[in-house]
Formats: sequence, C-alpha cells, structure tokens
Amino acid sequence: MTAVDLGLPQLGGLDLVPTTDEPQKAKDYKSDQEVRWCPGCGDYVVLNAVQSFLPTLGLKRENIVFVSGIGCSSRFPYYMNTYGMHSIHGRAPAIATGLAVSRPDLSVWVVTGDGDALSIGGNHLIHALRRNVNLKILLFNNRIYGLTKGQYSPTSEEGKITKSTPLGSLDHPFNPVSLALGAEASFVGRALDSDRKGLTEVLRQAAAHRGSALVEIYQNCPIFNDGAFDVLKEAGQAEERLIPLVDGEPIRFGSPGPDGLGEYGVVRSGFAGLEVAKVSEVGEDAVIVHDSSHHDPSYAFALSRLSTQDLSHVVTGVFRNVERSTYDDLARRQVAQAKESKTADLQALLRGKDTWTVA
Amino acid sequence: MSTTEGAAKTAVANGTRQTEITKLDRVVIRFAGDSGDGMQLTGDRFTSEAAAFGNDLATQPNFPAEIRAPQGTMAGVSSFQVHFADYDILTPGDRPDVLVAMNPAALKANIKDLPAGGTLIVNTDEFAKRNLAKVGYDADPLEDGSLDSYQVFKVAMATLTIGAVESTGLGKKDAERCKNMFALGLLSWMYHRPTEGTERFLREKFARKPEIAEANVLAFRAGWNYGETTEAFAVTYEVAPAKLAPGTYRQITGNTALAYGIVASAVQSKLPVLLGTYPITPASDILHELSKYKHFGITTFQAEDEIAGIGAALGASYGGALGVTSTSGPGIALKAETIGLGVMTELPLVVIDVQRGGPSTGLPTKTEQADLLQAMYGRNGECPVPVLAPQSPADCFRTALEATKIALTYRTPVLLLSDGAVANGSEPWLVPDIADLPDLTVEFATEPNAPEGGGEGGGGFLPYLRDPETLARPWALPGTPGLQHRIGGLEKADRTGNISYDPDNHDRMVRLRQAKVDGIQVPDVTVDDPSGKAQVLVLGWGSSYGPIGAACRRVRKLGHSVAQVHLRHLNPFPANLGEVLAGYSKVIIPEMNLGQLAMLIRARYLVDAQSYTKVAGLPFKAEELQNVLLDAVKGVHAA
Repeated sequence: MTAVDLGLPQLGGLDLVPTTDEPQKAKDYKSDQEVRWCPGCGDYVVLNAVQSFLPTLGLKRENIVFVSGIGCSSRFPYYMNTYGMHSIHGRAPAIATGLAVSRPDLSVWVVTGDGDALSIGGNHLIHALRRNVNLKILLFNNRIYGLTKGQYSPTSEEGKITKSTPLGSLDHPFNPVSLALGAEASFVGRALDSDRKGLTEVLRQAAAHRGSALVEIYQNCPIFNDGAFDVLKEAGQAEERLIPLVDGEPIRFGSPGPDGLGEYGVVRSGFAGLEVAKVSEVGEDAVIVHDSSHHDPSYAFALSRLSTQDLSHVVTGVFRNVERSTYDDLARRQVAQAKESKTADLQALLRGKDTWTVA
Repeated sequence: MSTTEGAAKTAVANGTRQTEITKLDRVVIRFAGDSGDGMQLTGDRFTSEAAAFGNDLATQPNFPAEIRAPQGTMAGVSSFQVHFADYDILTPGDRPDVLVAMNPAALKANIKDLPAGGTLIVNTDEFAKRNLAKVGYDADPLEDGSLDSYQVFKVAMATLTIGAVESTGLGKKDAERCKNMFALGLLSWMYHRPTEGTERFLREKFARKPEIAEANVLAFRAGWNYGETTEAFAVTYEVAPAKLAPGTYRQITGNTALAYGIVASAVQSKLPVLLGTYPITPASDILHELSKYKHFGITTFQAEDEIAGIGAALGASYGGALGVTSTSGPGIALKAETIGLGVMTELPLVVIDVQRGGPSTGLPTKTEQADLLQAMYGRNGECPVPVLAPQSPADCFRTALEATKIALTYRTPVLLLSDGAVANGSEPWLVPDIADLPDLTVEFATEPNAPEGGGEGGGGFLPYLRDPETLARPWALPGTPGLQHRIGGLEKADRTGNISYDPDNHDRMVRLRQAKVDGIQVPDVTVDDPSGKAQVLVLGWGSSYGPIGAACRRVRKLGHSVAQVHLRHLNPFPANLGEVLAGYSKVIIPEMNLGQLAMLIRARYLVDAQSYTKVAGLPFKAEELQNVLLDAVKGVHAA
C-alpha cells in the first residue's frame, strides 16, 4: 500500500461556519424547554457558561448543533435553542462524525458524560479523537452514574462505595485527559464547573481549534456524589491542589511565594516525566513554561499524570492544542478532488467496460 | 450434459485437428481447487468469456471463510460454478456437467455432485501419496476404478504449465501458480470461448508485473493448445448465444449492482451519500465498490465498528445527506439500537444486510435467509421498518433504488435483505437507460409549517407535523434559519417533537409510526401461472427466486400447473397478497431458514401455508424444489 500526502492548509475551527452581525445574548440560546436537572446540579452552571459563551462566537445560531448520548448531561441539547440530537448511549461521537463530515458549515458540539464517553462509548471517543474530526466534545465528569441512580463510573476512585459496589469498587479509573492524549487528541483541556472564567477560556480555545477538542469538565452531582470536587473549591485547599496551565507562563501554583507566583512549580522528573516541586528548592529556572502547542504528546501526557485519583493535584486548562489535519476536511477534499478530476457519468458507469448487444 | 433435441454433431476442422462438435443448450462447469489456486478468478474469467459470447449465465462461488486454510485440505477447497446457456436461465445449476479438480481435496469435496457420465478434468500433479492421505484417500482414485462412471481426463497441469512459461524465467513456484490459467485455456478451447478478453484482462491485471502477465497468458494459451493438439479430447462443445430481450448487456454481481443502485440513488436524489460501514463478509465489496465513486458525491467512512458505521450514516442523514450502512447479520444485531433511533427521529437511512449463515458468526461465506425476522422485529419496542429483498444479482440495482425511494419519501430506516448467493453470484444485466430511473429528489423544510404558532417560542415550526399522505415528518436541516429544533430517542410529543411521557401520546405515536410504515405504497404482486389453472402457489422471497422459478418450469414441463409469486417487499406486504394467497388451495413457501416468511404469512393472512426449509448454507437446487412442488401438485389432485 502506498501512502498519500494529505496535507491541507490549516483552517480555524469555525472558519467554514457562517457568522452573523446581529448581536446575540445568552437568552437567545435558551430553548423553551424547562430544564430538568436536579437542584444544585453542576450541569446548570455549565449550561449557563455555554449559553453565555456562544454569543461571543458570533455564529449563526442555526449553524450550531449539539449532539449528545445518554445520561444526565446528555439532556443538554434540549435546553439549547440550536439544532440538536439527543441520541443513544455512547454513540454521540459517531453520529456527530457523520454530521461533521457531511456539513462543514456547522459547528458541531458533543455533550457526554463519564459513563457515556468512557464506558459504553469509549471506542467511539478514542476513534473520533484519533481521526481528529472537527468536533468539540464536552465531557461532564461527575465520577458517578447519575441517571441510573448512583452506580460507580469509569472515573470513580478505587474503593468507591455505591449501590452496585457495597464493598467498594474494584476498577482502576480512567484519567480522561490521559486517555484522550493516548489517542493523540489534538486538543485536550480540563475545567471545573464552578470556575466560569477558566471554563470559558478552555471553551474559547476549543472552539477556535480545528479538529477534535476534548474538554473534561469536573461537575458536581449533588444527589449521588455530592461534594466530589469540594476540595478543589475550598479556599485554602484549592490553591494547593489545582495546577492551572497558562500558555507561555511557568506552571506555578500554591500560596504565592516572594515573587508573587505560587510556591510550587512543575519540573522535569526522571526519564520523561514531570513532578511538583517547591520553587524555593529547585529554583525558578527549573519550572516548566507551558506550551500547549508542543508537538510531542508525551509532554501533555506527563502533565496529565500529575492529576491524581484523590485530587491531591488536579491540572486544569489546555494541555494540548496542536495542528493536525482533520478527518472531515480530508474526506471532503478527496470527494472534491475526485469531482474535479472525473466526470460523474452514471450511464457510463452502469454500462461498464465489457458489454454485448442483443439485437 | 443436457443437449438440445437432436443435438447436432459435426466433424469440422478445429485448428490443426479434426474434432467433433456437439451443440448443447446449456452447460454447468465447476472449477474446484485449493484456496490459493485462483479458482474464483478462473471461474470469473470463464464467466466473462461466456458473457462476451452472449450466453445467458448464472454463477455461484463457494469458498471457505479462512483466507488460506492449510494447503490441500478439505477445509481449504474453493470452487466456482458457472451455468451458461442459449436461453434465459434462472440458477447457477444444481450439479456440474464438468468438474475441474485441481487437487485430491477438490475432487473429494465435489465428486458427489457430479452426475454419472459427467466430465471430470483432474490435475494429476497434485495426486501424490501425501496429498491423497491428507484427505483420507487410501488409494489413488484416479487408479482404483472408483471414477469409472465418469469421463475422466487426467492432465498434468502443473508440469505442463511450468514447461509452458519457462521462457519467462519465473521460479518454479510462481510458474506453477499459473496452472489455473492453463485450466481456463483448456476449458475455453473445449467450449469454443473467445479468448481476447482474458488475454487483455491478464495484461491489465498484472500490468505492473509484466513477467507474471506474460506467464499467465502463456499458461492460458498452453491450456488451449493442449486441448487442440493432444488426442485426448475428441469432442468439443458449442453453446449458442442466448435469445435475450434486445439491448445492451453486461455481467454483474449482486454486490456491484447494489453499489450501483446506491450511486444511482445519489444521482437521482441529487444528494450526497455517506456510507458508514465496517468490513464484514459478504458485504465488504459494497464498501470497496462505493469507495471508487467519490466523484458521484459518495463519501465512504470505514468506521471503528458496526455501530459507528450506522451512527455516522444517521448523522449524515440528519445533516441532509443520504445515509447508508452495509453489513451482514451480526452487524445488524449491533446496529439495532441505531435503527431504533432512526425510527424515532424519522430520518432516512438505508440499511443493507447481506445475509450469511448464522447464528452468531455462523457461516460467513455461505448464504442463508434467516435474518428476515431480525429485520422485521429485531429491535426494542414497536419499531417498524420497511423491508425489501432482491431476487437476483442484477435485481439488487432496482431494489437499492426502491429502498432509497422509500427511505427518502417516508423518512425512515429501510432494511434491504440481500444474501451471500445474490451478493457474490453474477448474471447478465440489461443495462438500464438512466432516463428511465425514478426521480428521487426531496424537498427539505425551509419555512415554518405552523403559522399559527405552537412551535419553538411561539414560532411556527413543528418538526413532527406529518404529511397527511405519507405521514412523513419534515426534513429540516441544521443551518436552516428559524427551524431550530431538537430530536432524539426519547418519546416525542405529537407535532412538537418535544419530550413527552404522556401515556396517550405514546400510544398515539406508536400507532402513527406503525401506520406510516403500513401505508407505504408498494406494487402489487404479480402471479406467474401460465396455465391459469394452478391450485398450488409457491411463494418465495429473495435469492430463492432462481431455483423456485426453475423448479416451476420443470413442473410445468411435466404437464402440471403451479403458480409462482415472489416477494420483493416483505414489509409492508403488497396490498393484494392476501387475496392472491386465498385463491389457491395450497401455498408452499420454500426458505433458507426455518420458516420465517411462512410464520409471517400465516399470522397475517390466516393461510395454511406449508413451509419447505433448508439451511445448508447453499442455495436450493431446482431439482429438490421440483420434487417438493410435484408432491404438492399431486397431493392436491389426490385430495
């Protein structure tokens, strides 16, 4: 088999989506359907953040589509006054792939959860990411099955006591960011539901990225896993645990040191890893300056490994944001080039090369 | 070998030697060898020669699921049967008149099908002790008299081939691989077949390896010359061109015809097509074929699995393309949930099931009709989908167009049930004039359809407001201003499409979805009963059309009356079917399953239909159906 160079000039994520000059408000993106998540659900916060963020893109509302799977978060499309499909469990990336390949003029968003994306739909997720289809995938991770009333999920911490695991869960959880990077996702980010500013910034970069963007959003389930992320939100705890990534800046966190930056920094460790160190002990120069466009995914992967099951450390922001040809652009280009170079003559096709005539 | 009445035998100069020519009306040849012997290619080429000569023909490949089973074993035997005639034939033939056996395994696996007096051509080079022992021959069948009832021709094909291609300098192994072309050359000589096509084909196929091309051509010619120059073959045979309806013909397999039907659907609907699929035997050739037609606006997406294949197809349909997915029975099982989503969201989708032996992985390369009930009912909930089945390889073209038309008109997934026999079999096809193809253009929703409001925010778009005639809902594409709406798998409220848990609404929607499918307009069945006096009706569907039709002809030739009806539409049934069935005292339904259509017919029409079933992985033989029908006809008269 011979390989063909399929290189394409790089477009922005939304370059083919029609825009409007009409000012938009968050309200324009609210559908007339009553939002039916439980009171206090983190999904409300994310919905509001997305509805507030979308007007800033200036896209025609009818050219935005939300496709979801099954689960609490997957009700999301019903609440958006855009086009939307609430599909079946785990399959949203596959359905969205078909839509994105067919329609370059749409901004396609996938809304999924930890069960939907990582259990039943794990295969579709990794393949969408490897193909780099122009989809923005919002993975709401509450580390529990909510809609089925409280079983552990593939992101639940080991030993989780739930209805289905009265003696504690046995499975080792996925780190969704590591998983996505393992699939060579071209864009991977993480944000907290409660951090509107951080979430909006990751969404902004994701939207501008051409290709698959996986955004993991830590989201509280007040009914079945309440307070799962509280340690990341409490003053005095949060800054010791959260490691925010900002492009071009040294990765520092913790209480401010003498230089006004966090007392901890991320430094190289061992063969290809990263670790947390006290800046006062290793010196400023040892601290890594974040570069999400670093081509080798092992850097972003090493960053993702700093996050731990027990949330003692959690990295947020954009881990990786690199240019790579997208499947849908390439697929459309093959069709366009074939159309240019060959005449679509149906009669000739049906006749073929070897015919005979009966008089 | 059947001959026309008073078969003309003449002695003419055939090249350098006098041979006797016998005119025949039809011949069945089976090429059999090891999986690596190139029997499919050999059969395919012989078929092309027969087509070029103007015979009617039908073919039946039969090969193992293993790509290369251990060499020389029974498990590795691959065969290709071609039936060619001077009149319109319906099947690849029950039994070969001529068996070409390239090794002991091929002989052992196929000899039971060769009738006494049949012609057997054997490649003696493979009949060494070790190879005989491999398949359990204690003695050499070529020597022990066990083949005395056949006309046996022993030819050292490998040795002769190696000698013939010596000038190319190929190694022994590569040289010997050309022996299938030697066999083809010999048979081409015996049946006075044209040869230019095969030589051209070989030079094109091996264009990048000219020495291989040359060797194959040399082997092919050597086979021809062997027939002509040795004294072994005293008789050659002629099968005159068939008197088919006037027009331009080509040879076509079912999978190719099906792919062409999808290409034609793209052209006639003016829609881009997205085929979302996952490779599976025996459906993969549809993907291979369609991947060549990007210039017709066809995108082929080889997905990560069966579910993603149909998911992408449905996503494309949602975006305004024609979504198509192709698979076999195991894939249908995986796609069931997405078909359900297509039924719920009421989007067009063409689902192709090239049936194979089941259950589970079953018999991947063998044929069966046992997915009918899966197609009808294999989903959760009340989930009706239209079901169609082609009756022959060429018929796949028209069936694909019809499936697309239903999907687009009624906004529904449609199941097209092909099968291995139809998919890999081939026959002449009267090439259609594209001016005669149906118009498949669709109208997308562009405007609000409920000016009085009731839609989103008092606007006026109701995504589930139905066309009063077809009950189809509007196809409103993302990107259409003012028609923003949300669809999904949860139950829809009538008209608005919003989520609804209302009991009465659910009952209404279940009945509406059923009514939509029940109301699909399908053509009435036509009854084939030349005498008009038949009391027995034989009802079939799908690929059994050929053997049932051939059996009917035989029964009629014997002076009996039998009526034949063949169903293309399995759901909904044609409107006149019940009335037709009621007009016969006996209804026989032959199926390659355990009576699935019979069950549907009995349930629907309260007709005491009798099932005749066989699930051997092979098509029915005309002879066995002839006996079934004769029994039925005689039974009716006796009663």
